[in-house]
Parts: sequence; C-alpha cells; structure tokens
Amino acid sequence: MYTAGIDVGSVSTKAVIFDGSNYKYIIMPTGFSPKVAGEQALEQILDRASLTLEQIDRIVGTGYGRVHMPYATKTVNELTCHAKGANYLFPNARGVIDVGGQDSKVMLLDGAGKVKDFLLNDKCAAGTGRFLQVTSQALGVELDEIDAITAGQAPIDIGSMCAVFAETEVLNLIVQGKERGEVLAGVLKSIAIRMAAMSAKLFGDFAQDESSQVIFTGGLARSKALRQMLEQYSGWKIETPEQPQIIGALGAAVIAYQ
Amino acid sequence: MRPKTMEYFDKLIANSSVALKDVKEQGRKVVGHYCVFSPVELFEATGALPVGLCATKQEPIADGEKVLPRNLCPLIKSSYGFAATGKCPYFHFADVIVGETTCDGKKKMYELMGKMKPMIVLDIPNSSTYEHRKEHWVGELHRLKKYLEEKLSVEITEQTLRDTIKMYNEERRNVMALVSLNKNQPAPLSGIDLLKVLWGRSFQINREEFKENLLALIEEVKQIVADRKNDDFSQETLKKPRILVTGSPTGVGQEKVMQIIEEAGGQVILQEACSGIKGFVDLIDESQDPYQALAEKYMNIPCSCLSPNDGRMELTSRLCKEYDIDGVVDITLQACHTYNIESYTLKEYLREHGDIPLLQIETDYSQADNQQIKLRIDTFLEMLQE
Repeated sequence: MYTAGIDVGSVSTKAVIFDGSNYKYIIMPTGFSPKVAGEQALEQILDRASLTLEQIDRIVGTGYGRVHMPYATKTVNELTCHAKGANYLFPNARGVIDVGGQDSKVMLLDGAGKVKDFLLNDKCAAGTGRFLQVTSQALGVELDEIDAITAGQAPIDIGSMCAVFAETEVLNLIVQGKERGEVLAGVLKSIAIRMAAMSAKLFGDFAQDESSQVIFTGGLARSKALRQMLEQYSGWKIETPEQPQIIGALGAAVIAYQ
Repeated sequence: MRPKTMEYFDKLIANSSVALKDVKEQGRKVVGHYCVFSPVELFEATGALPVGLCATKQEPIADGEKVLPRNLCPLIKSSYGFAATGKCPYFHFADVIVGETTCDGKKKMYELMGKMKPMIVLDIPNSSTYEHRKEHWVGELHRLKKYLEEKLSVEITEQTLRDTIKMYNEERRNVMALVSLNKNQPAPLSGIDLLKVLWGRSFQINREEFKENLLALIEEVKQIVADRKNDDFSQETLKKPRILVTGSPTGVGQEKVMQIIEEAGGQVILQEACSGIKGFVDLIDESQDPYQALAEKYMNIPCSCLSPNDGRMELTSRLCKEYDIDGVVDITLQACHTYNIESYTLKEYLREHGDIPLLQIETDYSQADNQQIKLRIDTFLEMLQE
C-alpha cells in the first residue's frame, strides 16, 4: 500500500509518498498559487516514486493550502501532521519547535505522537521564516549561505521585533560599518530568543532526558547555527531531522497510512 | 432543532433600536451603559430605560481611530467610533451615559466621550483585597444616585429600588435557567443563540415582553430536550467537544471565534465572559439595605481589571464541572492586557483543577485572521476529541 502526504506551506510545498517503512519526498516553491503548487507537487512525487495516481491508496493534505485539494482523501491540520511526522522519526519526541514561513509553533506530544498542547506565534512575523527572509534579502544573502556567513561571528543585538522595522535596522547597521555576518547572526539570535521564550511558556518544567527529545523542524531548522542558538537560549538539547522541511508532509502520509 | 422562539431574539436588537424613538417621544428618559459593572437597578429605579450601547462591530473602528490610537482594544475603538459618528441609536437617544474605571483604555476613552454627552464615570477599586472597597462602592452608588436624580429630575425611593432589584434578580434567575439547559448533552442551544438572548437583555425596550419570550424559550427548549432520544444523534454529534468561552467580551456582531468553534465541530456550551453569565450568576441580596446589597454584588464580579482575580478562576473551574466542559477557549481582544496576562494564570489553574485544557485566541473584530484562528481551533478540538 502507498499513501501520500502533501503539505502546501506559505513558502514551499512538500510531498511525501510512504509505503509503511520507506518514504520518498520532493520540495518545491509554492509560488503564488497554492492550488497549482499542490497539483504539481503530487505530479512530481508520483514521478519521483515512479507510481501512478491509481496506485496511491489515500492522500492526506495539510498546510495552509489544504483548502484547495480536491484530490485529497482528507485534510488534517498541520500541527497534528507535524506531531505525527516528528513521532515517526523520533519516537521519543515530546517537544516540537517548528519554524515555517509564516507560522512558528511549539507543541507538546505524548508517546503516540498526539498533540497534548500547543502555541502558535501571534499575528506578527517576528520569529518566523519570513523575518529571516526579509532581513537576509536586505543583506543580499541567500538562506542557504546563512550558516557560512555567520560562522564564528558575534551576534549584534537587533532591537526591532517587527520584520518591516528590522529590515531598516539591519540596513542601518551596515551603514554604520558592521559586518553582514555579525548582523545576520544577530537576526538568528533574535529568532532563537523568541522561540526559546515561546517553548519555555509551553514546555514549562518538562524534564528532558533520553526518553523526551525536543525536535526542531521547518525550513529554518536547516540552519545549524540557528539550532545551536536555540539550544543555547532554551537550555534544551535539540535534535533536527535530516530533512526538517518535510515533517508535516511525512506526518500526513503516515496518518493516511494508518 | 432550533427553537422557534429564537426568532424574537434574532430581531430584538434591531427592533429595539427603532422602537427607542417612540420611547423618547413618550417622554421617557434613557440611560446608556457599556459594562457588566453598571448598576442597572439604579437606572431602572429612576423610571428611565436602561440600554446597552453599541461596541461590538468592526465598521466604526476606522472612525474611532481618527482620535484613538490604532493599537488599542477594538471594543473601545468601536464604542467611541459608534458614539462619534452617531451610528448607534442607543447612544444617540441616551440622556446620560454611565461608565466605569475598569481598564486603562476605557477610562481614558471616557474622558473624550464625556465631551459628547452628559456622563458619569464610577470609580471602581481595582484591588480585590482593598479593605474599604465596599464602603467605596456604596459611596459611588450614592454619588450615582444623586447624579441621576439631578440629571433626570426624579427621586429614587428606597422602595422602587427594592422592587427593581427583585425584578432584575428574577431576570437573572430566568437567564440562568435557560443557560442551565445546556448542561444537557448534546447542548440544545448553540453558543451563538445563547449569546443573542444574554446580549439582547441589555437592548430590550419592554421588560414584560422580553420576560415572556424568555420564559417561552425555556419551556420550548425543555420540551425539545424531553422529546429527543439519544439515538436521534450520530456518534459524531455526541463526540463534539463541549467548549466554555471566556476572556474579553464577545458580543453580538463579533461572534467570529464562537462561529469558527461551532463550524469546526465544537459545541459552545456557555460563555463565562461578561458578555455571558458573569453578571447573571450571582443575585443581589434582597433583605439588606439596597445600596449595601448592590455594592456587594457588583464589587465581586470577577473581571480581569480586578487584582488578584481569584473569583474568575473559581467560577470558570466550577462551570467546567457543572457543564461537563472538555476545553476552554480564552478570547483576548487585541491590547486587552488584563485578560491577556490573566490567561496564563487561568490556564495553570485549570490544569491543576480538573486538568481542563485551555486555548488562548488573541484577535480583534476584523476577519483578517479567520484562517489562523481556524487552524488553532481545529487543532484544539482534535486534541480534545481523542
């Protein structure tokens, strides 16, 4: 049996095909049409897995684009999917921190990968992928270069919480002669502090040991530098899956399988 | 099945705003108020008509923002915008307005609103442990009495006040009798219908007519409950989580969060908020001196402007047990600091008392965040169902 999970996020669309023990995935930009992105992702993942639509037993859709998925067997909200995906890869996952394009979320899970409690960011881009995107764009840095550019740099404090004002602040720092690396490290620090505060609010006095891992997922989890800062400011030891972006889609495919 | 008597409540606020003109033409005075702390018994005892004032629509907010800061509670901006543009008939026809020093936003807004209409702002002690707060309340009630007598050229006798207290107590008992019917599973009334009745209570022109309809509604709902059988309902309906709504007021016109909960498959059983049962649940002692009795009732309303506000923790927890609640949704209006901060305290309290999960939703009156709210509500309901 094969199942598919499709996660149409605000920035990228992820698709996974799962056969109960192995999975294949694709990641592509969402662009302006979440509807088209979902359709293309489905086509691409079928292509990647050399399968036809008829061979897929069930499809679960998630992400903010899940409202436009006529081909989905059902749609499930992204928190439930992320929890399931994290639980599949890390059966001991008890806390999940996910930083996506427009949402950042923290979740508490039980041993079965069920959401016990959660928090999402408020109506504001601070602490989200968009915040990093806006500031790194202003500095002319691609997201994939961030780790290299910030390596060994002392972060400069960024005061602005608002993505729009942070852009101006970042440019001012450059005008003052600061290095791009130290400014960007400051941006990562501000995201890490924000996420650490959000997770502290939810996790409370949750004791961490081998049997209760904290997992960092979402597009921003690709940055090792950010993960390290998150560990530094939260005090948690944090694991990152190899492909942190696909956890929602993977969870959707696992849910479809069950 | 929706009770037929709800049709009266569907039209109540709109009908009253038209009928208000006749009330004025017949020479009756009108006292406008906003808040659950308003001692409506005193207004009624002057012979005037007490009416609630418009505060729960998005439309006048842009006008409110011509004077008020943007980053302010939508209820305050809406109240002011309605008043300033003359779009609230209740405000327009009011002879006097009664306000209270509840939150900072409201009391500073009242300074500006006071230029539009004769207004008295009652000073409400914010400290719930202040030892002289009862004397303080009694003093404020006497100051209000004098003000109303002077402005409306009437005298408030002790007997009329006692009679009014009796009448309002009866109304509170009736309202609670209706709300209590939602202890049944599944709840016979939707949260939005219940809100229409409770909110409508402040916008009635004819108390006798309102009472008759309220009693008829209670009878009708009782009958509906008596006639139904468990196998009338699908498993899905029986599994719908029972939700209690609390936090900043959710009045008619800004029901979006409750609507999302109900559309997403939750049952809004009741509201603890001041737009819900907060003001109805406790009666006024009819045996005491009426001013002492009024003071005792109103000073103990568990609003987040009181500090500490243990009463809200206890009331919410008690309601969760009495109404077999699965989860609490705590609505915080944008920039409502007191409810925003208190959400943490309430969440902890409910965790320790019965382990009832709480979801906080921070929002305003716009529709811009509906999808974000839906995601949170969907996840919360799913969390409660398994």
